[in-house]
Amino acid sequence: MAKEVILLDFWPSMYGMRTRIALREKGVDFEYRDENLREKSPLLLQMNPVHKKIPVLIHNGKPVCESAIQVQYIDEVWPHKNPILPSDPYQRAQARFWVDFIDKKLCLGDQMYEAQRKVYATKGEEQETGKKEFIEILKTLESELGDKPYFGGDDFGYVDIGLIGFYTWFPGYEKFGNFSIEAECPKLIAWAKRCMQRESVAKSLPDPEKVVEFMAMLRKKFGVE
Amino acid sequence: MVERSEEVKLLGMWASPFSRRVEIALTLKGVPYEFSEQDITNKSPLLLQSNPVHKMIPVLLHNGKPISESLVILEYIDDTWQNNPILPQDPYDRAIARFWARFLDEQVYVTAMKVVGKVGEEKDAAVEATRDLLKLLEKELVGKDFLGGESLGFVDIVATLVAFWLMRTEEVVGVKVVPVEMFPEIHRWVKNLLDVDVIKKCIPPEDEHLDYIRARMESLKLKSV
Repeated sequence: MAKEVILLDFWPSMYGMRTRIALREKGVDFEYRDENLREKSPLLLQMNPVHKKIPVLIHNGKPVCESAIQVQYIDEVWPHKNPILPSDPYQRAQARFWVDFIDKKLCLGDQMYEAQRKVYATKGEEQETGKKEFIEILKTLESELGDKPYFGGDDFGYVDIGLIGFYTWFPGYEKFGNFSIEAECPKLIAWAKRCMQRESVAKSLPDPEKVVEFMAMLRKKFGVE
Repeated sequence: MVERSEEVKLLGMWASPFSRRVEIALTLKGVPYEFSEQDITNKSPLLLQSNPVHKMIPVLLHNGKPISESLVILEYIDDTWQNNPILPQDPYDRAIARFWARFLDEQVYVTAMKVVGKVGEEKDAAVEATRDLLKLLEKELVGKDFLGGESLGFVDIVATLVAFWLMRTEEVVGVKVVPVEMFPEIHRWVKNLLDVDVIKKCIPPEDEHLDYIRARMESLKLKSV
């Protein structure tokens, strides 16, 4: 029997990870399909004709595109278990603001993985500038986190889901960028480790070693190796 | 309905589509607000304090608490004042509305800005690219009075940037970016919008707006030469 929920995704995508986590938080049974981005499936092209990008969430045959939109959709369709967005409108607005910040700052441009590319796939001055900008973004997020266990406070929620996928890329940034993220943002790393304790997160994130290999492959592609 | 102690202030800019869309939403809901015109070339302490992350308008202050980013503000307004809903009720329809809003801001707006800011071949390419994006909007409008369906909704409010900014620049840019022969549905939709009192009340006055666009275009041309 065909599953009610299908996720078209690409295993290292920090955006796809958001949707995986949200579905698992809600205990929703779903079929995960990994796409070959060099040869996109007819289903992907049909379900996201505008952007032709993953992740695409297909619920009873109807597509929902864009990870932040998917997470909100999942929260609204399955509201009873593990609420993701806060119930208070002002807190909700803050949560939306910070996920929008993450999207704007860490995913600029059309190219996938654009903004972080400078950190791991460039050299010299371009890389140094990229690293500085990247750390500044993380520090802003760390300051927003403050001393709270999660971005929303005591409970794991929307902003945590929005950011945690990037953590699997950190070892790669550090290796190729030759710097320590933990040294710059210790509270953020502590937060990430806390999130990793959650089953929905642990199950949804790939092995960082595999992500490092993937980044090494991209570096060759960008002509940096 | 709960009585809320209202103190609503909007830090905005008269010619900004992002600021005006917030005014449309507040006016639609009958929410009284104080408008504070901001000089974006000389940002006020209140603006910098209220939106330290982006330092941009619009910022909505509700009982002193700031909300930034126009799409976040629109959703906050809809969550807080529940009369005359802007977003649809059904989660799937909401996801679609959010998708189109992002498409308008991240794709259409960004590409359309190049029409104003570039010259020669680059400008021609921008016109082509804008038209390709608008064809998707054109398709959405078939059989509908508004992008929201029978009445004005979230996507219409966001899409006013096409109706009253992009289409107004045609006079100044000297190119019919959105000719009626290519986009009959969009033209029909603009007429529908102009029949709505809230829209008439909230869009910038045409003559002053055209003067402003002309002046901005001149300054952009000078920068790109």
